[in-house]
Amino acid sequence: MNAMYRREVVNRLAFIDTKLPGWVSTLSLIGLIVLWEVVCRLSSVPELYLPSPSSIVVTSWDMLASGELLTNAKASLYRIGWGFFIGSIAGILLGLATGFFRLAEAVGNPLVHALYPIPKIALLPLIILWLGIGELSKVTIISLGVFFPVIINTYSGVKNVDPLLIKAAVAFRASRLSIIRKVILPGALPVIFAGLKLAAGTSLLLLVAAEMIAAKEGIGAMILHYGDLMLTTKLMVGVLALSLLGIAFNYSLNWLEKRLISWR
Amino acid sequence: MKVVVEQVGKCYQGPDGQKVTALADIDLTIHNEEFVVLVGPSGCGKSTLLNMVGGLLSPTSGTIYVEGLETDRDPVVGMVFQEIGLFPWRSVVQNIAFGLEETSFSKGQIADRVQSYIELAGLQGFENSLPRQLSGGMRQRVGIARALAIQPDLLLMDEPFSALDAQTRTLMQEELLKLWTATRLSTLYVTHNIEEAVFLADRVVVLSRRPGRIIDIIRIDLPRQGRDTGECAAQFKNYASQIWQLIRKDAEEALREGESA
Repeated sequence: MNAMYRREVVNRLAFIDTKLPGWVSTLSLIGLIVLWEVVCRLSSVPELYLPSPSSIVVTSWDMLASGELLTNAKASLYRIGWGFFIGSIAGILLGLATGFFRLAEAVGNPLVHALYPIPKIALLPLIILWLGIGELSKVTIISLGVFFPVIINTYSGVKNVDPLLIKAAVAFRASRLSIIRKVILPGALPVIFAGLKLAAGTSLLLLVAAEMIAAKEGIGAMILHYGDLMLTTKLMVGVLALSLLGIAFNYSLNWLEKRLISWR
Repeated sequence: MKVVVEQVGKCYQGPDGQKVTALADIDLTIHNEEFVVLVGPSGCGKSTLLNMVGGLLSPTSGTIYVEGLETDRDPVVGMVFQEIGLFPWRSVVQNIAFGLEETSFSKGQIADRVQSYIELAGLQGFENSLPRQLSGGMRQRVGIARALAIQPDLLLMDEPFSALDAQTRTLMQEELLKLWTATRLSTLYVTHNIEEAVFLADRVVVLSRRPGRIIDIIRIDLPRQGRDTGECAAQFKNYASQIWQLIRKDAEEALREGESA
């Protein structure tokens, strides 16, 4: 045998551990905005169709200074805040009940599965008929949209709690209420949060839809208003505000999740 | 206090609808301050029996009762599980306190009690750790401390060390023996490890494979400490091989059928 070659063994799995610096992601966002600005300045696309990022920022500042943006944002925040709060609390409580108690499960599950597939926005005319055109109907429609993903996730979260933990709790003579409070709720929390994040998206969608259908104030109403007037830059300010609202929403949920599920 | 298992049997509805008998004709008494070990091949229903004694499963036939309590109350039962079953969101202290929270103790009393069992189980310095931060052996110490902290009338242990590596298991067996000598609780212990059974037990109950029946009950007449060393080593081996002969045929059949517990 000829024994003159030497080969070093290399780690062929190294590509899995490849790390990129954090600024790469930031750069992609900045790149998009710069590209957008360049296209607006160098080409003859009229502002009506595509306002440049810089003009959107300037207009935002004007609308912020005049108080217009704040008034509308406040109205929207009120609706989505109450709607999300009521819908998620009801969803979590009823999800715990249907997940834990056989009777609640037998009674509640068919109702949930019958009502869940209805696109909630289709109910808005009916709800306006019942509750009037004011805030209550908007908060209600958002609550409904939040309620279903949260109850369904809470239910499956309860079902996924390690049976051994329930057995341990029972072995140590925990009462029903203690089992729910000390074992089921914390055990289901990761899945509940998945539902809350899903519901956050739904709630934004319903907020805008409801405001476009029947509202004087609110970001959705503002966007529709400036769309009708063909003031595209002001319309884009509304879109920007919604996107920031969505990011802030997601960020707060992540923050809360990290605090509550720190044991993971 | 003693626990009496009288003519207990357990049947399951099998997956194809037929009746499967897991346990039949079990007669057994766990006396006061006695350490009884159930040993048997995979699928002999030893965990089923333990769960029935713990009130977590109902027998299909027969009765289980305790006798000789000083007051008319349910017996306090401490349980230790193979998969340990610590609450992952609770610290060591909070896990040990779990059973005590369900009693009428005040917060201060619970804290004192937990602290003394932290010391007994050698968990000082880990009070505020979460289960995922502990090794398997440390986790099971918490599991044992949690069961002992409620000061049970009866201690039930379901293969508590079988998920641990061999070295840790040996150490934990020795520690359990120390803890048991300090508390002398009536204990029912399930294992498939024959050496472990001989090492720990006052009496070893040998179960057959499905349907699980008691083949034999063997009293281990050895001093409690240092059974597997020195002068006792030969006797220890005799006990172990005696039990192995009882189980062997069953275990071989189970192996051929590819069954697991």
